[in-house]
Amino acid sequence: MAINFIHPEFEIIREEKRCIKCRACERQCANEVHSYDQEFDCMESDESKCVDCQRCVSLCPTRALKIRKTDNRYRENANWQQQAMEEIFRQADTGGVLLSSMGTPKDYPNYWDKILINASQVTNPPIDPLREPMETKVFLGKKLNKLEFDENGELLSEIPPQIELEMPIMFSAMSYGSISENAHKSLARAATELGTCYNTGEGGLNQDLYKYGANTIVQVASGRFGVHKDYLNAGAAIEIKMGQGAKPGIGGHLPGRKILEKVSRTRMIPVGVDAISPAPHHDIYSIEDLRQLIFSLKEATNYEKPVIVKIAAVHNVAAIASGIARSGADIIAIDGFRGGTGAAPTRIRDNVGIPIELALAAVDQRLRDEKIRNDVSIVIGGSIRSSADVVKAIALGADAVYIGTAALLALGCHLCRTCHTGKCNWGIATQREDLVKRLNPDIGAKRLANLVSAWNHEIMEMMGGMGINSIEALKGNRLMLRGIGMSAKELEIFGISHAGE
Amino acid sequence: MLKKEGEIRIPSGCAISGIINRSGQCSINGSEIVKSISYMHDRSNGLGGGFAGYGIYPEYADQYAFHVFYDDMSAREETERYLDRTFEMVNLSRIPTRKHPRIKNEPQIWRYFVNPIFTVLQEDQDEIDEKKFIVETVFYINTYIKGAYIFSSGKNMGVFKAVGFPEDVGEFYRLEEYDGYSWTAHGRYPTNTPGWWGGAHPFALLDYSIVHNGEISSYDANRRFIEMFDYKCTLQTDTEVITYIIDYLNRKQGLNFEDIAKIIAAPFWEEIERLPEAEAKRIKLFRNTFASLLITGPFSIILGFDGGLMALNDRLKLRSMVVGEKDNIVYLASEECAIRGICPDIENVWAPQGGEPIIIRVGK
Ligand code: SF4
Ligand code: SF4
Repeated sequence: MAINFIHPEFEIIREEKRCIKCRACERQCANEVHSYDQEFDCMESDESKCVDCQRCVSLCPTRALKIRKTDNRYRENANWQQQAMEEIFRQADTGGVLLSSMGTPKDYPNYWDKILINASQVTNPPIDPLREPMETKVFLGKKLNKLEFDENGELLSEIPPQIELEMPIMFSAMSYGSISENAHKSLARAATELGTCYNTGEGGLNQDLYKYGANTIVQVASGRFGVHKDYLNAGAAIEIKMGQGAKPGIGGHLPGRKILEKVSRTRMIPVGVDAISPAPHHDIYSIEDLRQLIFSLKEATNYEKPVIVKIAAVHNVAAIASGIARSGADIIAIDGFRGGTGAAPTRIRDNVGIPIELALAAVDQRLRDEKIRNDVSIVIGGSIRSSADVVKAIALGADAVYIGTAALLALGCHLCRTCHTGKCNWGIATQREDLVKRLNPDIGAKRLANLVSAWNHEIMEMMGGMGINSIEALKGNRLMLRGIGMSAKELEIFGISHAGE
Repeated sequence: MLKKEGEIRIPSGCAISGIINRSGQCSINGSEIVKSISYMHDRSNGLGGGFAGYGIYPEYADQYAFHVFYDDMSAREETERYLDRTFEMVNLSRIPTRKHPRIKNEPQIWRYFVNPIFTVLQEDQDEIDEKKFIVETVFYINTYIKGAYIFSSGKNMGVFKAVGFPEDVGEFYRLEEYDGYSWTAHGRYPTNTPGWWGGAHPFALLDYSIVHNGEISSYDANRRFIEMFDYKCTLQTDTEVITYIIDYLNRKQGLNFEDIAKIIAAPFWEEIERLPEAEAKRIKLFRNTFASLLITGPFSIILGFDGGLMALNDRLKLRSMVVGEKDNIVYLASEECAIRGICPDIENVWAPQGGEPIIIRVGK
C-alpha cells in the first residue's frame, strides 16, 4: 500500500473516566470515526476520517469528547505552509482538482470589520425602538421615476412588481439536492413566519413546498433544473443565477449520489446521474441575450413578478451591474467571494472574485452616477455574519441582504466544510434519509426565525441610536459610516471618511 | 485649520419664525419678524441669522431677484460678465446695509433684477424651461466662480442673511424698509463654524426658501438620492438638501405641498394600514416611489413659496413648533414667546402634530 503522507488533521480526545460507552458517538458519526471494541470494552476512534463537525461532541451525554487540531507539524516554513504541502500531497495522490465547501477560510481583509457605525449625541436625539415605531419594511424591485395623475389629481400609476419584506434580510439560494428537504422546509417556514423570502436555488421546488410560494424566490440557473411554468409562477420573484461568489465563472456539480428519487423528480433528471450546470447559460453569451431571458421569464409570468439577476462579485462588477440594470432586471443580487457553496474547486473559491463590501460600494455609486439606481434594487450576500454587517451594507447602499451560511449555522452547521461529501451529520447538506431526519424542520424554522428576529431587533437599536426610524433613511446613508485602518484608496471606494474625521 | 461650510458637515440647533398675511396684502413690515426672532435670542449663538421676505419687490415683481455675496472685485466682474450673456439686467445695486457694531467681515452684497434672454432657436424649438435655466445659472455661478455665491434667486422675494445674531442681521440689512405679505426668520446655533455668510439660513432656490431647526439623520440617504437629479449639495447642510427635495417634488414631479409633506414626513406603515383604502394606496405609492426622500431625525421647517408658507415637523415631532392666529395673520415659531412678543392678544395657539403640515396660502 502506498504511504499516506498526510497526518490526520484532528485528534479525538475522549476522557475515559467520563465515557459510559453508550455508543452515541458511533451512531451519530456518518464518517464512521467512532467504533466500539467488544474485546476490550472500550471506544476507539479513527481520527483520519474526522472532519470536526462537532456532532459527537454536541451529543455525547457525559461531555467526554473534544476535538483538537493536531499539533503534529512539518518542519516550519513560512513560504511552504502545512496546508500548501498537504494539498500537493493530495493532488499527487489523486491527480484531481481540489474540492472544498462553504466560503473561503483564508485570511483576506474583511471590510465590515473596518467600518464603524455612528450614533447621535446631543445635537440629535437617539430614538428608543421600544417606545417609538421603528420601521424595517423594504420593497425590492424597480421604483417609478415619475407619478402620473389624471386631471382630478387621482393617481394613475401603480407600484411595479416588487417583493415586500418585513425586514431587509432574506435567505440566499441553496438548492434542494445540495441541502436536504428538511433544511428547505425549515427555511420556507421561517421565511413565512418572518415575512421575508427564501430562495430555492437551482434545484427546482419540491411539490410539498409550493404552499410557501409567497415567501419563495425561484431560481433559474444554467442547468435549468426543475424549471417549468408552474415553478416560475409559484414564487414571489424569479432569480436568474449568472454566477456565485464562491465560484465565479464556473457552473455547478451535484454528484449523482445526492440525486435520489425525490431530488430527481424535483430536478427533472434521472436518479443517480450527476447534475451539472454549465459555466455559462447556453443561451446567454452577452448582455442582450440576458435581456431576452429576462423578458421570456416575465412573459411566462404575465409581468407580475420581479426578476432578479444574481452575479458574482468580480473585478468589473460595477459595469456589469449597470448593464444588468439596463436590461430589464428589477433586482441585482451580488454575491461576494466569501460566500458559501456546497462544493467548489478550492483554487477558485480561494482566489477568484472580490469582497462584497467593495463590490457593493462600487455598484451603488456607479448606478447613482448613471442615474439608474432607482431602476433596480441591490441585494448582497457573501458572508453577512451579524446584524452589524447588515446595517453597514444598507448604509453603503444595499436594499437588502441574503444570508446563507449564517442560516445554516442556525440550523446546526458547524462549518466543517465537507458538504461536498454528502455526509453532513447535521442533516443539512445531505440526502441520506437517516441523516436528514436529524434536522427537525419545526425546530429548524424556529431557530431561523429566532436568529433573524434577533438581528432585526439589533438593527432597530442601531438605527435608533443613529436617530433613524425607518430603514429607507439608512439606505445609502454613508455619512453614518467611518473607516478604521483603511487606506485613502479604500476610503475613496467606500465613499466614507476615516474615523476621527 | 477650520473647514468652511461645504467642506464639512456642521450640525446646528436653531430658532425659526414665520408670519404671513392670509389676505396677501403686503402689510407686514420687516421689523416685525426681526422682533419676533429676537425673543428667541438664546436659541442662536451669533454664528448665523437670516430672513426671507415675500412680496417685497412690487416694482420688480416680474424679474428674478438675485442676491449675491462676493469675496472680491474679480468675483463680481466675472459673475456680471457671465450674467450679461444670458440676462437682461433691469436693475443692479448694492443691497443697502447699515454699519453695525456686531456684524463684521461683510462681503460685497449685490442685488440684480434680471430677465433671462433666450435665443430665437430655443424659442422655436419650444425648449424653454425658464426655471430650469435659472437653477442651472445659480448652480454654475456657485460652483465655478470662485468667491461668488447667489443666495436668493426668486421673483418678488428675497433672502437676507449674515453671520451674527438674527436681530443684528435684521438691523444690518435695514429690514424695516421692506414690507411683505410673508416673512420667515432663522437664528442659528451651529456647533462649530468658521462663519461663512453663505452658510447662514434661509437657504433658497427660485422662490422656495427654507428655514429649519434640527439635524436630520437621513441626510446622506437624501443627498445621494437627490444628486441623481442634477442637484449638487455643495454646502452639506440639511436646509440645502431639503430645499432641493422640495424643488424636485414640487417643480419637477408636480406634487402639491400636502403630498410633499406625506413623502418627507411619511406616516408610519401602521398608520397607513388604518387609512381608508384609496388614501392608503396613494400614500403607499408615495413612500414606495420616493423612499429615499423620507426625512428622519428632528426637524421643524418653514418653507416659503410664492403665495404661501408651509410649516412641517418630523413625524415624531422631535422639535418644537407652535402656530397662532389673529385676524388675517398667521404666526409660526419654535417657541410661543416669539409669537406673543409681537402679538400679545394672539388667539388660537396650538402645536401641530408630528408630520402634520400647516399650509397657508394667501387669498384662501
Ligand atoms: S458519546 Fe460520549 S459517552 Fe457515549 S460513547 Fe461516545 S464518547 Fe462515550
Ligand atoms: S452543512 Fe454540514 S457538512 Fe456542510 S459545513 Fe455545515 S456541518 Fe459541515
